Amino acid sequence: MMLELKFDSRIVKEPIISKATLEANTLINIMRANVGARHGEMVIEVEKSRVDTVIEVFQSYGVEVSKFDRKIIKSDECVHCGACVSICPVEVFSIGKEEKVEADSIKCIHCGVCVNVCPVQALTLP
Amino acid sequence: MKSIHDINEKIREGNVSVITADEMKDIVEELGPEKAAKEVDVVTTGTFGAMCSSGVFLNFGHSDPQIKMEKVWLNDVEAYTGIAAVDAYIGVTQLSDTRGMEYGGAHVIEDLVRGREVTLKSTAYGTDCYPRTEIVTEISLEDLNQAVMLNPRNAYQRYNAATNSSEQTLKTYMGTLLPEFGNITFAGTGEISPLNNDPEFRTIGIGTRILLCGATGYVIGEGTQHSPPYGTLMVKGNLKEMNPEFMRAAVMPGYGVTLFVGIGIPIPILDDKMAKFAAVRDEEIETKIIDFGVPRRDKPVVKKVTYAELRSGKVEINGDEVRVSPLSSYYVSGKIAAELRDRILNESFFLTLPVERIPAKETFKPMKQTTIRVVKNVMSPAIPITPDTDVDEASRLIIKKGVNHLPVIDEEKVLIGIVTSWDIAKAVATGKIGKVKDIMTRKVITVLSDDPVVVAARKMEKYDISALPVTDTKKHLIGLITTEDLSKLLSGG
Ligand code: SF4
Ligand code: SF4
Repeated sequence: MMLELKFDSRIVKEPIISKATLEANTLINIMRANVGARHGEMVIEVEKSRVDTVIEVFQSYGVEVSKFDRKIIKSDECVHCGACVSICPVEVFSIGKEEKVEADSIKCIHCGVCVNVCPVQALTLP
Repeated sequence: MKSIHDINEKIREGNVSVITADEMKDIVEELGPEKAAKEVDVVTTGTFGAMCSSGVFLNFGHSDPQIKMEKVWLNDVEAYTGIAAVDAYIGVTQLSDTRGMEYGGAHVIEDLVRGREVTLKSTAYGTDCYPRTEIVTEISLEDLNQAVMLNPRNAYQRYNAATNSSEQTLKTYMGTLLPEFGNITFAGTGEISPLNNDPEFRTIGIGTRILLCGATGYVIGEGTQHSPPYGTLMVKGNLKEMNPEFMRAAVMPGYGVTLFVGIGIPIPILDDKMAKFAAVRDEEIETKIIDFGVPRRDKPVVKKVTYAELRSGKVEINGDEVRVSPLSSYYVSGKIAAELRDRILNESFFLTLPVERIPAKETFKPMKQTTIRVVKNVMSPAIPITPDTDVDEASRLIIKKGVNHLPVIDEEKVLIGIVTSWDIAKAVATGKIGKVKDIMTRKVITVLSDDPVVVAARKMEKYDISALPVTDTKKHLIGLITTEDLSKLLSGG
């Protein structure tokens, strides 16, 4: 499951991911990170069974945690050309039944790359 | 041996055997070409992809008083009107004067097919017989006398696949190409594509009746740049009969507007030779992956591949698995082949004998150009420094030599960075007066000495910089090209 973390300048300096890994005793996969001088944002992936513990640990360090469920939406405008298939870093798109392009949106990390690649503007990020 | 006439008789009698191209492969494998040719009368093929060389002839009818259109726009997209008074040709790639890359000729055409009104605007110089000098009106498809799609180059038999060795993302007509061989894109529908099922042009020729964007259309000749096995077709069809399901305006991001065109062509299985052709598999259809990272016409071939490898979704380049995107829609292509099959079965589509053959051999010549200027002929000498040069020393060099850029090289003369007069001014202002290596930019945009000058100009414009270090392919510094060098070139110096 994916979580979105938001933190401020105080925590930017702390090795919070390592701390959370140790304290929650689970692996954390960083999917997207945008850490600046004043605040940071991160999308991480953790095992479903450990989610609650991980959230608790982060919150104890003052990190704002939310479940990350803003996923790519593919509309009926899609002509199944496949241009997006090789672009998405986490392989959300694949060619499936009847040669249709399918989106496994669950995996989406909200990077936005595919949105500007689709020739018929069938992809949007909420 | 059957004739087209025999097949049309069977269509009329309702006992014709028609299958789609993908079904034919297994049948021939199972029965062999001879038996398959007896069992199957027609194989329907399809393709649906971006085909830039497309457009529509329009006749608007005469206004009162009359106008001899000199310039004409549809929804602010200019159409060509250097023909008779109220005829025009709108090309799919023409961009809107007001909306740029988000709307173009293809969108106008799709809007018309979808029954929407478009704004027609025209200006003229006025003559005794055509006194009017301007007109603005709303028109829809039914108001037009004729709307004939006529595409100079469609249905490419196969196409070079694309990848990108450079360090920048490239936005091309082959879609978005990620840096450092980040992905591969390919176009065409391989074994179900029309021309791959008749590679010798035995049945597809001038006059062949086809399905064009859902309407009955015709092949009217070889396409421009026809060069089998990279064959192409010139086709026409009535826009008024087209179906938006089988066409779609598209924007290739960063490149421009184009039209997804759907084409279905019936292949009459006249004899076992045709059955054999129609049994072609993606494994037998070869193409090349070329490197768009090299901005020249003759791009290096990275690898030869088959359509089967491309369709597998992953191709190996330099030991890495690289993901592949098709750009043509196999799904819609399949629907087109099925639609054509159904029309033949419903007796609403009959086959034609070509009135003339299309050459099965032809080569496509490059443009005749006067000499191409390359970077090494116009660049200036660079003033290289080492990373351990003092900032002080660098600033003195800049003043003494009257330059703005100092490339930084290592012992092997390999370019590792660049400092500009701006970097130095900033360093001095913030009191950071140490070594050059602390302030230099390490990610340098460069150009090769053999690159055409336009490539350098395009890079400077794209990255908004005024100079590029010039290197050889091993990153050895050779010189520097600046906007000044370019303007000297323009002024004939
Ligand atoms: S790029 Fe757009 S049209 Fe093409 S398959 Fe992906 S979502 Fe569909
Ligand atoms: S937004 Fe990024 S992660 Fe999500 S589907 Fe598009 S490319 Fe994939």
